[in-house]
Amino acid sequence: MKLSKKKANIIGQCVACGCCVKTCPLDAIAISKGIRAVIDEQKCVGCGKCEDACPASVIFMALREDVKDEAKALV
Amino acid sequence: MKQKHWYDYLWVASSVYLALGFFNILFAWLGMICFITPLLISIIGGSKMYCNKYCGRGQLFELLGGGLGFSMKNKPPGFLRSTWFRYGFLTFFMTMFFLMIYNTYLVFAGIELREAVTLLWVFKLPWNWTNTSFVTPWAAQFAFGFYGVMLTSTVLGLATMIIFKPRTWCVYCPMGTMTQGICIIKHRREKADGRKGETNSGAFKDISQ
Repeated sequence: MKLSKKKANIIGQCVACGCCVKTCPLDAIAISKGIRAVIDEQKCVGCGKCEDACPASVIFMALREDVKDEAKALV
Repeated sequence: MKQKHWYDYLWVASSVYLALGFFNILFAWLGMICFITPLLISIIGGSKMYCNKYCGRGQLFELLGGGLGFSMKNKPPGFLRSTWFRYGFLTFFMTMFFLMIYNTYLVFAGIELREAVTLLWVFKLPWNWTNTSFVTPWAAQFAFGFYGVMLTSTVLGLATMIIFKPRTWCVYCPMGTMTQGICIIKHRREKADGRKGETNSGAFKDISQ
């Protein structure tokens, strides 16, 4: 299965409220141990819905590492 | 579209709770469910399942701010999301909560019942239209105090819902901060116990997986 170019990343102090879990259309996010959200990189398509919903603003969309490498190779 | 569950409608219970307080303040006691349940879930289960699934207030903010569009959806300021503010607010909130408990004790000890709800820790709203004569004065005093706590948090949540993202309250909600803190401590201890088991028996199982 071809992965999307972008994926969600959590950078910062997640408050584990679960807003991202509810909005994710692909169930790619779960709250781990009541501490922070974790993203299933294989499922995530980088739609950005979780980024919009996150009240703590700790979710950001970013290019996957392999896409970044490809882009670097082209340059 | 995701399948709806019974717990997705708990915002109704939250709304009804706030409304019931206007009819009879003694219904405020029901709010203890919102205090005890998340604590039990985090202490026993080690999760924030309450915040994630069963928090009617969070759902209400999501509905009003997201669904009905009453939110400006701005990014909350950095200080609101910082650890020091979250734990500072928890400390302040708990201090006010214990002061409320102390006021309940004073009424239990004999001082007169004050039929008022304190909003935002400062404003005393007269609330003397409900009949509380069929319970002991301290039980009524606790209801007034507790309803003040619930109303204050709702007002703060609504204000931040309008200005920022719908569930901004969840970022600095004292119960959310407290339960997350409990989960961190619980899992840290479990991990430490697991490591201790490794040295004793050699059968280390990483519970963090």
